[in-house]
Amino acid sequence: MRHLLSTRDLSRDDAIHILDVAEDMADTQTREVRKLPTLRGKTVVNLFFEDSTRTRISFEAAAKRLSADVINFSAKGSSVSKGESLKDTAQTLEEMGADAVVIRHGASGAPHTLAASGWIDAGIVNAGDGTHEHPTQALLDAFTMRRRIHGTASRGRGLDGITVAIVGDILHSRVARSNVWLLSALGARTVFVGPPTLIPLDLTGWPAETSYDLDATLATQPEVVMMLRIQTERMKDAFFPSPHEYARRWGLDDERLARLGPDTIVMHPGPMNRGLEISSRAADSPQSTVREQVANGVSARMAVLYLLLSGERED
Amino acid sequence: MGARIVLQHADISRALTRIAHEILESNRGADDLVILGIPTRGVVLARRIATLVSEFSGIDVPVGSLDVTMYRDDLSRHPTRAPSPTSIPPRGVDGATVVLVDDVLYSGRTIRAALDAIGDIGRPRAVRLAALVDRGHRELPIRPDFVGKNLPSSPSERIYVRLEDVDGEESVTIEQGPTGDQGSSIEGSAS
Repeated sequence: MRHLLSTRDLSRDDAIHILDVAEDMADTQTREVRKLPTLRGKTVVNLFFEDSTRTRISFEAAAKRLSADVINFSAKGSSVSKGESLKDTAQTLEEMGADAVVIRHGASGAPHTLAASGWIDAGIVNAGDGTHEHPTQALLDAFTMRRRIHGTASRGRGLDGITVAIVGDILHSRVARSNVWLLSALGARTVFVGPPTLIPLDLTGWPAETSYDLDATLATQPEVVMMLRIQTERMKDAFFPSPHEYARRWGLDDERLARLGPDTIVMHPGPMNRGLEISSRAADSPQSTVREQVANGVSARMAVLYLLLSGERED
Repeated sequence: MGARIVLQHADISRALTRIAHEILESNRGADDLVILGIPTRGVVLARRIATLVSEFSGIDVPVGSLDVTMYRDDLSRHPTRAPSPTSIPPRGVDGATVVLVDDVLYSGRTIRAALDAIGDIGRPRAVRLAALVDRGHRELPIRPDFVGKNLPSSPSERIYVRLEDVDGEESVTIEQGPTGDQGSSIEGSAS
C-alpha cells in the first residue's frame, strides 16, 4: 500500500487484509510490553490543519507503539497561520525526512493533492478531509463490527448480510462516506437515516438506501446502529428546528434502546453529545462499542502504518 | 539438477520423536514446558512435538505460535510481509522453559527476532531452540539445542520442507537455486 486516501479504492481483499493485520496488532496490545520495534527509524508526521484531539492522539499512539518517531504539526500557531502554502509545508516535511504524513484538512481532496503532487515522497494517510472521507475511522468501525459479530473467528471474514443503519448528519459526514464504501466492499448493507435536510439529495451511485424514519428502520432489526455526532456548530444553519426535536425524532433515546435486540451493536465515532443524538444509557449500555472503537482505532491505525511503511517501496 | 530428497515421511516422524525425548531429557520432565512454533511450518512441527512430549510424559504441554514478522530486521528489504497470528498459551511464558520450533535454521535472524518477541511477552526461565533442519551459514551467535537433521548446504541451494498439514505431502528436499519454484517453503532462504 502506497497511500490510504479513500475507502473507495479498497477491494474486498484489500479491506480484509488490513482488518486481519489489525487483528495481529490488537493481539500485541495485550502483551506485557506493548511496543513493537517494527517501524524503528521511520518518521510519521501528523499534519493537522483542523483540530482533532482524538484522531491525532490515536495516530500518535499507533505510530509510537510501532516505534516510529512522531512529529505533531498543527496549523494553529504554525507557519501555516502565517500564510504558508500546502506545497511549501509539504516540501519542508520532505526535507525533514518524513516517511508518512497523516493529514487532516478542512478541504476535501487535500490528501489526494498531497499524494499526487510530487511535492513529497512520503506515504499519505487521509485522517479526514472536509466532507469527503475519513478512511481509518471506517476501518476501525468495520473492525469493531467484525469482532463483535464473529469474535475470535474474525480473520479472513467480511460483513456479509449485515445491515448497518447510519443515523444523523449524513450530509456533512466523512465518517458516513468512508463507511458506506467499505461496508459495501465487505458485503454489508447500509441505510442512511436522518432528517431530509441532512441527507444528500442525490445518492445515485452510492451503495446505500435512505430512510427519514428512525423507528421504521429500527423495526427492521439492523445488526448495527451507528449514531453520528450532530455538529453543534451547524445548529445555526437551521437544518432542523431545535435540538429537542432532533433528539425526539432521530436520537437514540432510552425508549428506542429498549426496543433494540440484545445483540444489536450501538456505535458512535465520538465525541458524543449525550442527550442529543444518543442518551447516556445507550452510550453506556452493553450494546455500545464506543470505548472499544477507541481501542480498536489504535490497532487499525497501526495496521495502516505498518502496511504503508514496511516493505520495499513500490512506486 | 532437480530435487534431492533428504528426509522422507518416516524420517521426519523419527526425528520429531527423538527431539521430543531430548526435550524431556534436558528439561528433566515436562514441568513448566511451553512449546512455541514459528509460522508457518514451525507451528505444525511444534504441535506435533507437543503431542509427543505430552504422550511420553503424561503431562499436557502447552503449545502456541509466535509470529516474528514485526520484529524482523529485514522488513524494508522485502515486499510487505503479512503477519501471522500469535497465540500464547494462557499460562504465559513467565518462569517457563520455552522451546522455540522452526523448520529450517539458517542465518539465525528469525530466531533473533523470536527472542525479542518473547521478551515482550514475558520472562521465561530459559529459551531453547529446536529445528527440523540445520543448514548452517549462521550470521548471528545462535545455535540449536535440538536438531532433526544437520544438512550442510551451499548458500545457493534451497531447502524445502513440506508437511502433510500445510502442503499435503511430507518431505525435506534440497534443490539447486536460485530459481527454485515458489510452491512451498521459502523459509530456507529467509530464515
